[in-house]
Amino acid sequence: MERIPILKMGNYLLVSIQVDMHDQLALQLQDDLTSRIVATGVHGVLIDISALEMVDSFIGRMLANIASMSRILDAQTVVVGMRPAVAITLVELGLSLPGVRTALDVERGMELLSATVDAAERDDDFSLR
Amino acid sequence: MISVSADTLSLTTSEHIVVVRQAVRQRAIELGFSLVDQTKLVTAASELARNTIQHGGGGHVVLEVVSDGHRRGVRLAFEDKGPGIADIQLAMKDGYTTAGGLGLGLSGAKRLSNEFAISSTPGIGTRVMIARWK
Amino acid sequence: MAKTRSTRLAEVIRQHEQEILTDWVALQKDSIATRRDLMNEPELKRQSQDFLNSFMAASEGGNDDIHSPAWHPVLELIGRICETRAVQGFSPGETATFVFSLKRPIFTHLRKSVPDAVAVADEIWTATLMLDALGLYATEVYQKSREGVITRQQQELLELSTPVVTLWQGILALPLIGTLDSARTQVVMENLLQRIVDTGSLIAILDITGVPTVDTLVAQHLLKTIAAARLMGADCIISGIRPQIAQTIVHLGVDLNTVTTKATLADAFAIALKRTGLMVTKAPRAGGSSGPMAPTAEV
Repeated sequence: MERIPILKMGNYLLVSIQVDMHDQLALQLQDDLTSRIVATGVHGVLIDISALEMVDSFIGRMLANIASMSRILDAQTVVVGMRPAVAITLVELGLSLPGVRTALDVERGMELLSATVDAAERDDDFSLR
Repeated sequence: MISVSADTLSLTTSEHIVVVRQAVRQRAIELGFSLVDQTKLVTAASELARNTIQHGGGGHVVLEVVSDGHRRGVRLAFEDKGPGIADIQLAMKDGYTTAGGLGLGLSGAKRLSNEFAISSTPGIGTRVMIARWK
Repeated sequence: MAKTRSTRLAEVIRQHEQEILTDWVALQKDSIATRRDLMNEPELKRQSQDFLNSFMAASEGGNDDIHSPAWHPVLELIGRICETRAVQGFSPGETATFVFSLKRPIFTHLRKSVPDAVAVADEIWTATLMLDALGLYATEVYQKSREGVITRQQQELLELSTPVVTLWQGILALPLIGTLDSARTQVVMENLLQRIVDTGSLIAILDITGVPTVDTLVAQHLLKTIAAARLMGADCIISGIRPQIAQTIVHLGVDLNTVTTKATLADAFAIALKRTGLMVTKAPRAGGSSGPMAPTAEV
């Protein structure tokens, strides 16, 4: 069955959602992503939703789940590129995506990740002393 | 209110949700809805379509273009012959969860639409209608 | 249902064309006596002549359904004239008069030219049906044009009153002026979010110095705008909160805990600069020491 491709970009994983996902595809992505995080040991995940014309509560929950699961696996997630119409609709829908960090685009997402990941590593070093 | 066109789409698998989204998007574009209004309508449709499949045991949706004389709109009626909702008020409360969460779907769809109506009888089925005007 | 009846209407008009035209133009001028500034007589004469010509051609067939193809040129003419008048600011009465005032000259000549009483009654009836329908059509066109003008003006007002300003790279400011109603706030929200994407800005300052009152709905809209911006990866700061508004917000129980608020736009700008990793420093004197190593915004 078709899957959403996950690319490794330097120290991070990049997922670019280009299609109107049906529920199975979204669940498959959750599985694939968690497997890849473990397999690669990355500490950052970027999910690019700039091509998504709609995010409903199912996809919203998927994004929140991915953020939670990644954190448990010691990786930070940043969702980038949400379109204005989608953002407005999500707010109206009442979905707040707790625990999901966001950025305007992939570039800024990476800046955010490197700042966060560096900070996390510094904290770890400190706590080991 | 007159019905300018009506299509019935079945809702039994999750792939059907995507079909409904795309059909609704198409109609909204044809009627000249703004991008935000299109997105609100499609998202509401997606929520209700999923409800029909996951809680209603499957059903169908009637996608209509309607006119009331001087404006046009899109009306969607989701129907299923599922278990029905015993306490609609409770089900519409934000965040209410019954094995998966109806709350956000119903109240969210209502917030995203100009019109909303729901009728349900336990043991018989549920019908949810939403509409958005240009 | 359209009926075809044989009529001498076109023939009578043609025979007395100049007289009818003169009388008709005079009647029109009288009815718009208050708008002489807007009406230009040669123009009026030309429009009336054109109308008479198409009217004659269309009525020749004896078809009294003005929506049939024979009448299209007439409708088109009426459409153009009424749209212009709507935009120019004529009243609906003044505009419809264009058609209705044609009745008197036509009836006068019909009575003179058709000797038989029953025949005259028939002809007047036919002419009445046609002209009434045309007059109504003129009013409808006028109405739609007026609505179009009003909508356009509203749109322009909305856009003018909510400009989004780029204060610095990555920092936008939205000075809101006047009362915020639901429709306006929605447009403002969509506008701002789109600009955030277009400019790649990380911070948007919503300045409400110019907003006299904030009620629950407005406050909710502002909060929704901020929530949407956050989902997109940008952040908002509210500035210019006057003491009365601060009180209102507390009384209403609106929760601004997650939002940064500053008294003035200047304070908000300073915070925004800091958050985007910029700082303002004094420019070094010519030949003097170089500035600090951090990226700077020179003032």
